[in-house]
Amino acid sequence: MTKYTTVIGLEVHAELKTKSKAFCTCSAEFTNVPNTHVCPGCLGLPGTLPVLNKQVVEFAIRAGLAVNCEIQKYNKFDRKSYFYPDLCTNYQISQLDKPICLAGHIDINVDGEEKRIGVTRIHMEQDAGKLVHSGATISTSDYSGVDYNRAGVALIEIVSEPDMRSAEEARAYLENLKAILEYTDVCDCKMQEGSLRCDANVSIMPEGATEFGTRIEIKNLNSFRALVRAIDYEVQRQKEVLEDGGRLIQETRTWDDANGVTLSMRNKETAEDYRYFPDADLVPVIIDDAWIERVRAELPELPAQRQARLMEQFGLPKYDASIIVSTKAMAEYFDEAVKTAKDAKGVSNWLLGDVSAYLNNEGISISEFKVSPANLAELVNLTKEGVLSSKLAKKVFTEMLKEDKSPKALVKELGLEQVSDEGAIMQFVEEAIAENPQSVADFKAGKDRAIGFLVGQIMKKSKGKANPGMVQKMLKEKLQ
Amino acid sequence: MKVSAEEVKHIAQLSRLTVPETEMQIFTEQFNQILSYADIMQKVDTTGIEPTPYVLPITNAFREDIAKPGVSHEAALSNAPAVENDGFKVPRVLE
Repeated sequence: MTKYTTVIGLEVHAELKTKSKAFCTCSAEFTNVPNTHVCPGCLGLPGTLPVLNKQVVEFAIRAGLAVNCEIQKYNKFDRKSYFYPDLCTNYQISQLDKPICLAGHIDINVDGEEKRIGVTRIHMEQDAGKLVHSGATISTSDYSGVDYNRAGVALIEIVSEPDMRSAEEARAYLENLKAILEYTDVCDCKMQEGSLRCDANVSIMPEGATEFGTRIEIKNLNSFRALVRAIDYEVQRQKEVLEDGGRLIQETRTWDDANGVTLSMRNKETAEDYRYFPDADLVPVIIDDAWIERVRAELPELPAQRQARLMEQFGLPKYDASIIVSTKAMAEYFDEAVKTAKDAKGVSNWLLGDVSAYLNNEGISISEFKVSPANLAELVNLTKEGVLSSKLAKKVFTEMLKEDKSPKALVKELGLEQVSDEGAIMQFVEEAIAENPQSVADFKAGKDRAIGFLVGQIMKKSKGKANPGMVQKMLKEKLQ
Repeated sequence: MKVSAEEVKHIAQLSRLTVPETEMQIFTEQFNQILSYADIMQKVDTTGIEPTPYVLPITNAFREDIAKPGVSHEAALSNAPAVENDGFKVPRVLE
């Protein structure tokens, strides 16, 4: 069987966090009531003219600089013509040949291997409205209702080079891009709600070939999991078509998450069919060096810089730091917690371990996490100071999940203070020795493992509260 | 420049318009009559002349990012031929 190389490029649409739409003054905020954030402009009524929101350019420059792009001084807008009811104008305002950003890159790390993924371009455009179908799917619906609240909301489209060779690389690229857009505060990046959307261009070619295979575009990828599953499915499907002697056609397919398959949508319209032409209603945008340099100077700390800082400032391992910086909210939580925590690695262990497990389980993000950074820091300190064993710390943590209380107060409330009183521990030690003569004999006969059993008995007697270090030490002394 | 009946059909399809076969010839002729005007322009020597998509020497016409109320929900839908669930009702759309 032929061996194939997978080639992947991603097109990511990010809704910008502007207050108003790109070309009219309607609110860009999300609302559930259809057709309430609309005006003659975004309803495509005759006699209206678009006026560009300056913040759109500002955000696009910021995003472009954050992914190492060259900002283009001369910008113009074009009309992309298509007839579909999601836009009333029958065209989308976009940028064809003069996009605002070119030639950037994002570095990814998959299984310890660094790789640079090219960003071909970023352009500014407007979002379309939403069609609500009367039936379950578009083909079973007799009619649709159109909501134009989203029509005209500002978007940037970030187009990557076809540099990715596996679903995991695509995932890493999208994760890094998402983090960068969050850090720069240009997009709220909620994939489920559609403020960050991803299309994947996937093709395969025989290993060693230089010419790419037929490119298939996959839409409707609204989670990282969907991205990975859809690419894996599509690569397999394409292999099977070719192995059966078939031919692939360039087309757009949609990801059906419930059934785990991609389905053909339509033959891709060629670029000419969109009949792009300059939008003479919008004058050119000239971006001078002063503007670019001002935005550059104002760029916040980006994920890669933050990762380096966490490693240097707190001595975190690279792995820990990379996970913590992967979302802005997690990074901020960490920074807040280490203000009072006496053990940064301890905070990291909680975040990567029990906290992440809890969040995954609940299907929530850290911004919805009830335990405050200060209380998590206190828990870390109680463990560090030996007040709590790690086992009891987990118990306190479970309580904190129910209600965000101070762990110190919870330790008292639950009577969980670690017993470090020599007299009390000695009593447990003596009892355990008296009750388990066989283990004592075993230990004396050189079976070191017997001591583990005795320690277990002592801990049990103390209801887990005895300081384990002291128990070990005192038991050994007593037996010698 | 001349277009064929096939191209007219393609343009009609992109515009989601149905053109009866019987009218195809007349549309093709009309298209070509209009395009013949453009031919006059095509003959002008434009060597060394920059394309002029914009006739006015204006750049950077911006507005600040301030949201203002648009039209009311009722007004927005008042001219819709049909309304369904607060939306503009459109026939089934198949791509």
